[in-house]
Amino acid sequence: MNKAGTPDALSRFLSGYDPLPGVADELKRPDGTMRPVWEPLMRYVAGKSPEQLARAFARGDQYLHDTGVYFRQYSGAESTVRSWPLSHLPVVISENEWDGLAAGIAQRAELLERVMADLYGKAELVRDGFLPADLIAQNPEWLRPVVGIKPRSKHFLHFLAFEIGRSPDGSWFVLGDRAQAPSGSGFALENRMASSRVFHDHFPKSGVARLAGFFRSFRDAMLGLRGPADGRVAILTPGQHTDTYYEHAYIARYLGFLLLECEDLKVQDGKLSVRTINGPKPVSVLWRRLDSRFADPLELDETSALGTPGMVAALRAGAMDMVNCLGSGVLEARALMAFLPGICEHLMGEPLKLSNIATWWCGQESERAYVLENLERMMIGSALSTKLPFDIDRTTALGGKFRDSAQGPVTEWIQREGARLVGQEAVTLSTTPAMIDGMLRPRPMVVRVFATRTENGWEVMPGGYARIGRGGDPTALAMQAGGSVADVWVMSKTAKPADTLARAPAGPFLRRQPGLLPARAADNLFWLGRYVERAEGAMRVLRAWHLRLEEHGTRTVPLVSALGDFLSTFGHDPEEPIPTHLLGQLDAAVICASKVRDRFSTDGWNALNDLAGSAGRLAERVHHGDDAAHAMSVLLRKTAGFSGLVHENMFRFLGWRFLTLGRALERADHMAAVLAALADAETPAGGLDAAVEVGDSVMTHRRRYTIESSRETVIDMLALDRDNPRSILFQIDRLREEEEQLAAVSSRPRVGEATRRILMMQTMLAVSEPEQISTRRLVRIRRELAAISEALTAQYLS
Amino acid sequence: MSQIYDIRLRIAYSYDSPAAAQRTLLRILPRNIAGQQQLLSGVVTSDPAPDYRLDDIDFFGNPTVEVAHEARLSEVDFQFEGRVLRHAPGDGLDLSCGLRALPREIAQINSIAPTSPHHFLGASPRLRHEPEIAAFARECVSDSMSTLEAAEALSLALNTLFDFDSGATEVTTTPIDAFRARRGVCQDISQVMITALREIGIPAGYVSGFLRTLPPEGQPRLEGADAMHAWVRAWCGTDAGWVEFDPTNAIRAGLDHVIVGFGRDYSDVAPSKGSLRSEGGHDTRHMVDVVPVDERAPA
Repeated sequence: MNKAGTPDALSRFLSGYDPLPGVADELKRPDGTMRPVWEPLMRYVAGKSPEQLARAFARGDQYLHDTGVYFRQYSGAESTVRSWPLSHLPVVISENEWDGLAAGIAQRAELLERVMADLYGKAELVRDGFLPADLIAQNPEWLRPVVGIKPRSKHFLHFLAFEIGRSPDGSWFVLGDRAQAPSGSGFALENRMASSRVFHDHFPKSGVARLAGFFRSFRDAMLGLRGPADGRVAILTPGQHTDTYYEHAYIARYLGFLLLECEDLKVQDGKLSVRTINGPKPVSVLWRRLDSRFADPLELDETSALGTPGMVAALRAGAMDMVNCLGSGVLEARALMAFLPGICEHLMGEPLKLSNIATWWCGQESERAYVLENLERMMIGSALSTKLPFDIDRTTALGGKFRDSAQGPVTEWIQREGARLVGQEAVTLSTTPAMIDGMLRPRPMVVRVFATRTENGWEVMPGGYARIGRGGDPTALAMQAGGSVADVWVMSKTAKPADTLARAPAGPFLRRQPGLLPARAADNLFWLGRYVERAEGAMRVLRAWHLRLEEHGTRTVPLVSALGDFLSTFGHDPEEPIPTHLLGQLDAAVICASKVRDRFSTDGWNALNDLAGSAGRLAERVHHGDDAAHAMSVLLRKTAGFSGLVHENMFRFLGWRFLTLGRALERADHMAAVLAALADAETPAGGLDAAVEVGDSVMTHRRRYTIESSRETVIDMLALDRDNPRSILFQIDRLREEEEQLAAVSSRPRVGEATRRILMMQTMLAVSEPEQISTRRLVRIRRELAAISEALTAQYLS
Repeated sequence: MSQIYDIRLRIAYSYDSPAAAQRTLLRILPRNIAGQQQLLSGVVTSDPAPDYRLDDIDFFGNPTVEVAHEARLSEVDFQFEGRVLRHAPGDGLDLSCGLRALPREIAQINSIAPTSPHHFLGASPRLRHEPEIAAFARECVSDSMSTLEAAEALSLALNTLFDFDSGATEVTTTPIDAFRARRGVCQDISQVMITALREIGIPAGYVSGFLRTLPPEGQPRLEGADAMHAWVRAWCGTDAGWVEFDPTNAIRAGLDHVIVGFGRDYSDVAPSKGSLRSEGGHDTRHMVDVVPVDERAPA
């Protein structure tokens, strides 16, 4: 600490930071002094110039941008992808304090487990009056088909999150329990990656507790749930349209688990399996990131388009374990918090170590009366809502008033609908420092903490996911949409060694499971390969067309017109310098990639988005002729960049094969189409040269054939040359190679339909002379390529 | 009094384009209910035979049969064939509590067991709060009525209001649409009555089952006998318990009714719930025969 009277950089830095009176602050004590646990970080930050600090913050933002962290925000029917709103200063908490908190979290996790076991078992809590029957029976998350199910692992809950805040007296309390399918742990990890980059020369020696150990415990616990059979562990996501899909893909990659959608799964003979390119493979543990209700249209929500029919039956049969078990959403209802203190005493024989937000269920007479008498300091809302107290909607009353004045008087409402309502104390949260326009400012915060069940009981992540309010208002209201997020540093006295997930676990060696490729993922990769190649082919023809348009100045020249017709045949309107149809193909590629983000390198993803984005921007301003031809060259370079990145950095071996198959098929087809159109006897003069140009073989052609181009030389080069990566046969060789590898690991008959067709085409081309490859033959080749695509789809992708 | 029935139900699906990997949950096997009815014999079958089959009992105690077909099918038939002994319910005194006392009686039930009235109030998957039906229900009853009287009054009022019309609605029609149209089949009338009962605080559930096809001589043929039937049960207090009403025919459910399933609404007891991977449309036909067995004739 500084001596009084010698203000150094630190005290200058902190001097303008004034927490509100009557509000707990993370950084400063009520007497205005700094909590010692913050000192190293604050000293570090205060020692930086504004420029240095801006650069440090930019490092974190750059990391998030490069990894493509985003989240999807919904307002009404619209959804937008928002960049990650990182508040660069972490929330700093001492290890001592954290240990106390963790003990409270572990107790609460165990309590929730017992409540869930009772609600889906004997229901004694209801029978003995600890929980009102209607509160459970009316809760749509209490799933009747789950009643009586005994989880294979003997436990319903394995991974939980809790939203906690600090009250004015300095104690922590729980604002909400997250048991359904808690999100945020992956985001906490990303925030950590970013904050360790922001403070890259401070973090390693700072004594911040590392997160990897927690994830290792969680991963090992999941693997431990597999049981004796060699089933897989998978993450079940609702899909790319959900707001946290990025997190699902990220954590699947981090933990090395399959990322599946319900469509990938299938229940057969009472067992759960994943449809892969080699047929169904057993899945024995699912980390469910999908709300229970949607998991099975047969027994749960019949309108669900997301579910896997038979999922509940598989769970009932003990064929798998689910993290968490279906039906865990019942634990999230606000009203439950009115009863948990009493239930804890009853079931655990001790009071709650960590209290929850004071809650009164208005279905009870005396509680209702209490709420009515204390309306001014209450938030009143739906009893069964799973939202946090600060997620205020139209039908929430605060301080005795609705936000929407069209509603009737609050007292009448409570009298009429008591059983559907709860009152919750309108709480004041603590504030934590955030850098706002270069100044340190107190902002309200809540922290989401995570707990996982291990063999040795519940383990709490030393850190968390903090949400920071936009304004200075410390009431819970300020926590609504629009705030930022921050890392949470739990500080120990000693520096912590760097830790990674890879550390070998104690105990027996766990064999890493060989990679599986779900058919849906393979399908998306296959089509990603096709769309990108299709777009590339179009770009090449467009460039050739624009160059000739520039040269001749008119579209009526036969060759220009022939190229224009060719483009039209493939759906591209030559009236548009960069056709909308081309943009559509690139968008389709982005959509395919977005569905397999867990198997796709971040660089590849960024490159693809850059390509699609550039094409869109160029389309708005380029003109016919040289301008558009130049734009095509730019886009072709970007395409080559993408292809290079992807083919170098593809995450999964098998996935890469499908991408390559898609590309090879499309490239062969494109070349056959080009030759059929430009190397035909009827093609106007210059067609052959255009074909060689589109086939990117001008130099080689000139070198090899000193004579003028003839149909034979062009066909030889672009259809039959095994060494030319643009030739049809070259691509058929690729197809043969990749398909052979796939067939080798598959359990299917040795010579499948796809193999047979590829072999026949390969042989036909290998023994053909250029003059035998007529236009009619080229058209037949295209038909045959379509048949190969269908055979591949039937064999591996459905 | 009792009656034996031979019952045959066939549900036939046909698909425009053959459907693969089909899974179906059937609730077509009549329940055994002590004192009310007994399943003497009977089986649920599938044609073609399924690759997987599991017989079970659901939360509300209804028998279920889950079947899966792996092959592509263009047609599949599900069938129940069996014999049921049905006893007439005793037409005793009105033991139900007064409407005013009902909330207290409900609150005293500390149970979420399948028979608890708590499941049968408020919204359920296919039924929600409907102010128009609430207003209608309040007009039909008065506070001084017993719960049983109130339920009977509603049953009668809805029977009068509705025209039985098998072409007016579909299986997915909401109660409010049927109510406004004043037309529909047993499923519609029953779901409107359940909504109405819940609106005035009476726990009410959906009953699926069979109705005798041809009436005893000299009596009118009942509506709803050519398909599976639906009616309503209401919880009339601790002493009276559950009482069943058939608003489609404005009668209490009795000797002519054979119970298959109890639920909160149609979604809990749908005779067949299916999922399949198919591109085209499909067509479903139901065929029902409920024939009284003359006890003197050889079985």
